[in-house]
Amino acid sequence: MSTKPVEGLQAISVTVNGEDYTALAEPRMLLSDFLRHECGLTGTHVGCEQGVCGACTVRVDGAIVRSCLTFAISVAGSKIDTVEGMAKANELHPVQAAFQEEHGLQCGFCTPGFLLTVQDLLEKIPSPTDQEIREHLSGNVCRCTGYQGIMAAVRSAAQKMQT
Amino acid sequence: MSEKKLKYVGTRPIRHDGVDKVLGKANFGADLNLPGMLHGKILRSPHAHAKIISINTAKAEALDGVLAVITGDDFPPPPSGKGSVEGPQDFGDMARNVMAREKALYTGHAIAAVAATTTRIAEIALKAIEVEYEVLEPVMTLERALAPDAPILHEEMRAKGEEPLPEGPTNVATRTVMGFGDVDEGFSSADVVVEREFTTETVHQGYIEPHAVVARSISDGRAEVYCCTQGQFMVRKYCSKVLDMDPTQIKVTASEIGGGFGGKTVVYAEPVSIVLARKSGRPVKIVMSREEVFIATGPTSGSHIRVKIGVKNDGTITAADATLNYEAGAFKGSPVMAGMMTIFSPYRMDHVRIEGFDVVVNKPKVAAYRAPGAPMAAFATEGVMDELASQLGMDPVDLRLVNAVKEGDTAAYGPKFKVHGFIDTLQAVKNHPHYKAPLGPNQGRGIACGFWFNAGMQSSANVILNEDGNATVVTGNPDIGGSRTSMALMAAEELGIPVDKIRPVVADTESVGYSDLTGGSRVTFATGMAVVEAAKDVVRQLRERAAQTWDVSVDDVEWRDGHAVAMNGHADDHEPLSVAALAGSAAKTGGPISGRASLNARGPGPGFATHICDVEVDKETGRVSVLRYTAVQDVGRAIHPSYVEGQMQGGAVQGIGWALNEAYMYDEKGKLQNPSFLDYRMPVASDMPMIDTVIVEVPNPTHPYGVRGVGETPIVPPLPAVAHAVNQATGVRFRSLPISPPRVLAALDD
Ligand code: FES
Ligand code: FES
Repeated sequence: MSTKPVEGLQAISVTVNGEDYTALAEPRMLLSDFLRHECGLTGTHVGCEQGVCGACTVRVDGAIVRSCLTFAISVAGSKIDTVEGMAKANELHPVQAAFQEEHGLQCGFCTPGFLLTVQDLLEKIPSPTDQEIREHLSGNVCRCTGYQGIMAAVRSAAQKMQT
Repeated sequence: MSEKKLKYVGTRPIRHDGVDKVLGKANFGADLNLPGMLHGKILRSPHAHAKIISINTAKAEALDGVLAVITGDDFPPPPSGKGSVEGPQDFGDMARNVMAREKALYTGHAIAAVAATTTRIAEIALKAIEVEYEVLEPVMTLERALAPDAPILHEEMRAKGEEPLPEGPTNVATRTVMGFGDVDEGFSSADVVVEREFTTETVHQGYIEPHAVVARSISDGRAEVYCCTQGQFMVRKYCSKVLDMDPTQIKVTASEIGGGFGGKTVVYAEPVSIVLARKSGRPVKIVMSREEVFIATGPTSGSHIRVKIGVKNDGTITAADATLNYEAGAFKGSPVMAGMMTIFSPYRMDHVRIEGFDVVVNKPKVAAYRAPGAPMAAFATEGVMDELASQLGMDPVDLRLVNAVKEGDTAAYGPKFKVHGFIDTLQAVKNHPHYKAPLGPNQGRGIACGFWFNAGMQSSANVILNEDGNATVVTGNPDIGGSRTSMALMAAEELGIPVDKIRPVVADTESVGYSDLTGGSRVTFATGMAVVEAAKDVVRQLRERAAQTWDVSVDDVEWRDGHAVAMNGHADDHEPLSVAALAGSAAKTGGPISGRASLNARGPGPGFATHICDVEVDKETGRVSVLRYTAVQDVGRAIHPSYVEGQMQGGAVQGIGWALNEAYMYDEKGKLQNPSFLDYRMPVASDMPMIDTVIVEVPNPTHPYGVRGVGETPIVPPLPAVAHAVNQATGVRFRSLPISPPRVLAALDD
């Protein structure tokens, strides 16, 4: 058995929430681990590392991505947005405010993934129907709320963002 | 019970922990890193049932970056004898579950663990550990476990309560019988008797946050643990038992918790990380993968239940009889007792007999899951009730109304009911527009009832008045569904200051008095009582300070809406003093003001619910879609109505998942085939309709605000409610869960 199991490290540069990060990472390092461990951004949660629960959702150059299924190296040079970047100058993003106000969370573990997914939805469809909301959110699992508070939050956020 | 108008209780403020959670700044179990921290990984048995012949860790230890490798030999002997059993917990079993000793008892059972500088090295080290097993036949079903020639999991196990006690070992840990009257006589006076058998599969709590822990060993033998748990004091006690330490040597800090539903009420990786930290001399973090969560934590029991109920033509129950078999997993301790105690409790009966068996199988040891044991019991009883209603040609709600227990009735498990709102929930269902709404083709409607005891137990609270007149409310219960804000609401009501001037915090085990874990729907009830008492203690001191300031007797000072008010002829002499004024002058009137309470809360008040479910069945695909769902529950009093609704909705959806899709699937070797969210499918938003809620409030007389536990009852009715709706849509009675598309298709083909 080899006594040097660590593979070669590689420098990876990305922009996260507008800030440049460069870190040494193994080629197989996942984006979720890169964000959590190298950037110290633990708002991106890992619930399944199987691409199913959506807790690890981030945006890469605007697109919704599951960071637990993405190698950090594959997004080198990209612009990444995480939940930590949603609020601007101490003001909550309307989606964040709506989740608080409409009780769109219980434990809050699934919340960051939902917030980014909803932000993406409302950019694409500013006033979605309930059916559109439910379908767009079907890649995110919440075990606590039964989705009622989340639905209310999305409707409220849509309204906030129109005015 | 005060009848005065409430100012804060019953309002819906934004949760105190909300901002951190939407900003991504709340710290969950996996979010803490310490300097020099190592990463721990656990080697898990690939066999469901095997003797461990030898474990060779030499090659793993020799790897660069590996600082500790441990096996069962690094733990003290499992506790036995006096002090090793407490309530449902056997600490000897717990020690063996945390790290296998003689035998591996389920696929996923912990065999060894390593701590290394990176997770990658830790994974490589696991592969370098050599384990020799003698593989035994796995016992994967109740039927096999109970067969006379079944392989035996525990050679020393004798069926407690079996008469006569069998001579040889069995897989039955306990047989229990309860009841009263004479069931034969009761059944002989019945006009209609229905007897049926029901089965449910192993299901998982499915919290989204996997278990995570960081432990640090301190040179004088103490340990510090940070983890996601439903009880920091539980972790302290269980680790102390498993590791033979004094509880005082262990400090536990609960992180934010990403769901638990009962699954985080025991220890798994926590003691392992302490032993690794001790051996390596460095902090050690263990974060479970989703697969580990599925194969080695939770779940709740698969069950087989036979229920027989006899009724008169007018619907009156004459007798009821049940036999419950619950899988405990690898170690004794299924929730069969709770199943027995809930199975007939919603209904009045003079003749009842309930028999239950706690059976071990080669699956992970079950953990509590939201009203543990009750949903499967309700599935059986309610199923028979539904069939009886249709045989009698009665409305199913009316059949329940004829039999529903009232105040003063004796529950099937013994005690007398105090005031509760079961009948109110039934009436609310009858009057709800949902109950009368028209149905389309292939659609059906079902109703079902649920009962859960709720728990009281020990809680502590400190209410600390700060110099600015704001207050800090300190409790020892992890906040799993909004309890911090509920604590703040009750404190606000007592003190008379706005809820946003109160900061509720969850303290570590060294900063607040002992508190039993967050579970049993007990926190708003029991910890709430402690908060109310501690706040009253503060109010008493505030009145004394005002009396001192005014030089009047404390009896001449009343507390009104956040102010000390002079009474009895002194009113004209003194302007009322606010909390802030009294807090600001505290240094001059005797020093800081804080209140505390520690109590063992009695009289939690039962929770009853009735749910209505509409489904549509796609006869081509066998898929059952829930179209509309209404949950009605007596909650005593809703402290924060949005959180009460959230519990009702969340519980209903978990129950619907259990009814329609969720199930552990094992192969014949005892390997779990679906340890992922992809193959163990939990409901997502597009699977669910709007869940309507109706809050019924029949105050619980033992709580200062009338609170009953809320969180668990909502998972009890959905299993039968869904099945009854499917029956109406298809004409087929499903008595085995889940009602998954292949089963629906097969049933429709017959
Ligand atoms: S953690 Fe990435 S989808 Fe669950
Ligand atoms: S709020 Fe707990 S998983 Fe969604």
